[in-house]
Amino acid sequence: MAAFTQQNRTLISSATLSRPRAKFVYWTVLTLVVAVFTLVFLGPLYWMVTGGFKSAQEVLANPPTLFPKHPKASNYSDAWSELKIARLLFNTFYYAFGALLFQLVFDVAAAYAISKLRPVLGNLILGMMLATLMIPAAVLIVPQYMTVLDIPLLHVNLIGTPWAIWLPTVANGFNIFLLKRFFDSIPEDLMAAAKIDGAGPLRTLWSIVLPMSRPILGVVSIFAVVNVWKDFLWPMLVEPDPKNQPINIGINSLSQGVPQNVLIAALAISAVPTLLIFLLFQRNIMSGLTAGSLKG
Amino acid sequence: MAATTVPEKSSRRHAGRPVGQPDGTQHRSGLSRKVRSNIQAYGFLIGAIVCFGFFSWYPMVREFIMSFQRTKRGVTTWVGFDNLKQVYHDPYFWTAWRNTLQFTVYALIIGFIVPFFVAILLNELRHAQAYLRILVYLPVMLPPVAGVLLFKYFYNPEYGLFNHILKTLHLPTSQWLDSSHTAMISVVIAATWMSMGSATLIYLAALQNIPGELYEAADLDGAGLFSKIWHVTIPQTRMVLSLMLLLQIVATMQEFTNVYLLTGGNGPENSTTTVVYMVYQYAFRYNNFGSAAALGLFLLLVLAGFSGLYSRLSRNSD
Repeated sequence: MAAFTQQNRTLISSATLSRPRAKFVYWTVLTLVVAVFTLVFLGPLYWMVTGGFKSAQEVLANPPTLFPKHPKASNYSDAWSELKIARLLFNTFYYAFGALLFQLVFDVAAAYAISKLRPVLGNLILGMMLATLMIPAAVLIVPQYMTVLDIPLLHVNLIGTPWAIWLPTVANGFNIFLLKRFFDSIPEDLMAAAKIDGAGPLRTLWSIVLPMSRPILGVVSIFAVVNVWKDFLWPMLVEPDPKNQPINIGINSLSQGVPQNVLIAALAISAVPTLLIFLLFQRNIMSGLTAGSLKG
Repeated sequence: MAATTVPEKSSRRHAGRPVGQPDGTQHRSGLSRKVRSNIQAYGFLIGAIVCFGFFSWYPMVREFIMSFQRTKRGVTTWVGFDNLKQVYHDPYFWTAWRNTLQFTVYALIIGFIVPFFVAILLNELRHAQAYLRILVYLPVMLPPVAGVLLFKYFYNPEYGLFNHILKTLHLPTSQWLDSSHTAMISVVIAATWMSMGSATLIYLAALQNIPGELYEAADLDGAGLFSKIWHVTIPQTRMVLSLMLLLQIVATMQEFTNVYLLTGGNGPENSTTTVVYMVYQYAFRYNNFGSAAALGLFLLLVLAGFSGLYSRLSRNSD
């Protein structure tokens, strides 16, 4: 029972579990949990993928069929061309990675300046940035929209441009908080040593601070991409043109005009990129999101 | 700095002053160095300051100003508390609050308690851990539109999967999203399915930090399973639990996306109109930005207490 002893001590001890009756209960519970979880979390995805292969009548049939009777892949190609999914996916990637880039450059630079360069009024600025965490995002949607419509002083309208999605993501107090706290933990001696060697602040950031900050940069990056991927109301407001919309808004606004089986095929396609990324990097994503999500 | 050393000053070295730096120049260059390093630091800060300024600080101020203004035919005037009054007397004001509160309470009953017990269960299992964790987290990674519209398909009273399952089990079927009684709970079920993965993993991480000796001691005292959960597990994860509780209250009170996608916003007999959906309607259906801002102000006041408590707790927990 090596598997029973390896683990940390939890509610039920390994000694208890190695008794024959407990063993029987344990395996029953395990089988049940695996079965129920597979059904609850994988079942809907199975239904989505197979639904995409069903004919227009079959997808609305009562009772529903477990396997498509005459699987037809044409729904997927119809969805791909009718809903212009390639375009929507490209837009989503474009917004997500642009937002990531801006957040990494501006927020890392700002947190580094506050933590290590310590300018006059640095703490005031930090306080004002963290204060934004207290304001619920939904409350700011309307004044933010008015601002993007006509940026004060510059009088430009960002509606319909990617800037309307990229730039507001930089104003993220949570990023500043995470990064600043991490930079604070980098010893001053290292900074002093870099200075003696003649490195300026930019060089120190690039060659000393950033290589040490990989874990926190990973967390910030995952959040940046996932947040854009999951956002709905803001992109719906600032990207009214269907050819600029990200996947969430694009599919929803076209969902009324297509047959149910084509729509389900479109949903299945839209889920592929993030699920692939997740399965590839699941360890990093799960540990990063849990590490970062509670500290606000 | 050594380059500025002037020969005749070298005799003063023994006095303990920095090499070749008479008081005056040292002071001035120290000051200019300070100015220069500040300019440099602000060079690093400027991008974030501009973004925070335009997209966070200015909108915060504007939210307050807009609540007391009205724009008609391009002319903006101060109207005092008129917007707040109008919103307050909107026949759906209390409906929206009741629905929002209903969403929050359901989401807490389902979305707060279920992940905690799922985490306890997963923590006890010695096998298939990675598989189960990935399963729970899988829906979190779906684009909301995929998860939500899929549930909309399942909820269909005529050909939906859920009614078919209920029928096969000889249970009464439901109108799900089409009835004002069950619309909100249906939204909550879909929302929980999609988001419970992150809460579960956070609780799992907290459970793994509980020292095993505590359970051993409880065993020696003859504690049963539930008394161990009550006296060891819950007190030991109290901080994470209360942080997640506040976080979920603040998040669920701002519900918009699930409701909008599943019922179009209002739902049958306005049974799913949430406060944020009402803000959206004021602003983007009726073009009444002043009243939208005023309703936002109500929401801000209600949520300020929760988010204040949250940031207080999370600072203490560090």
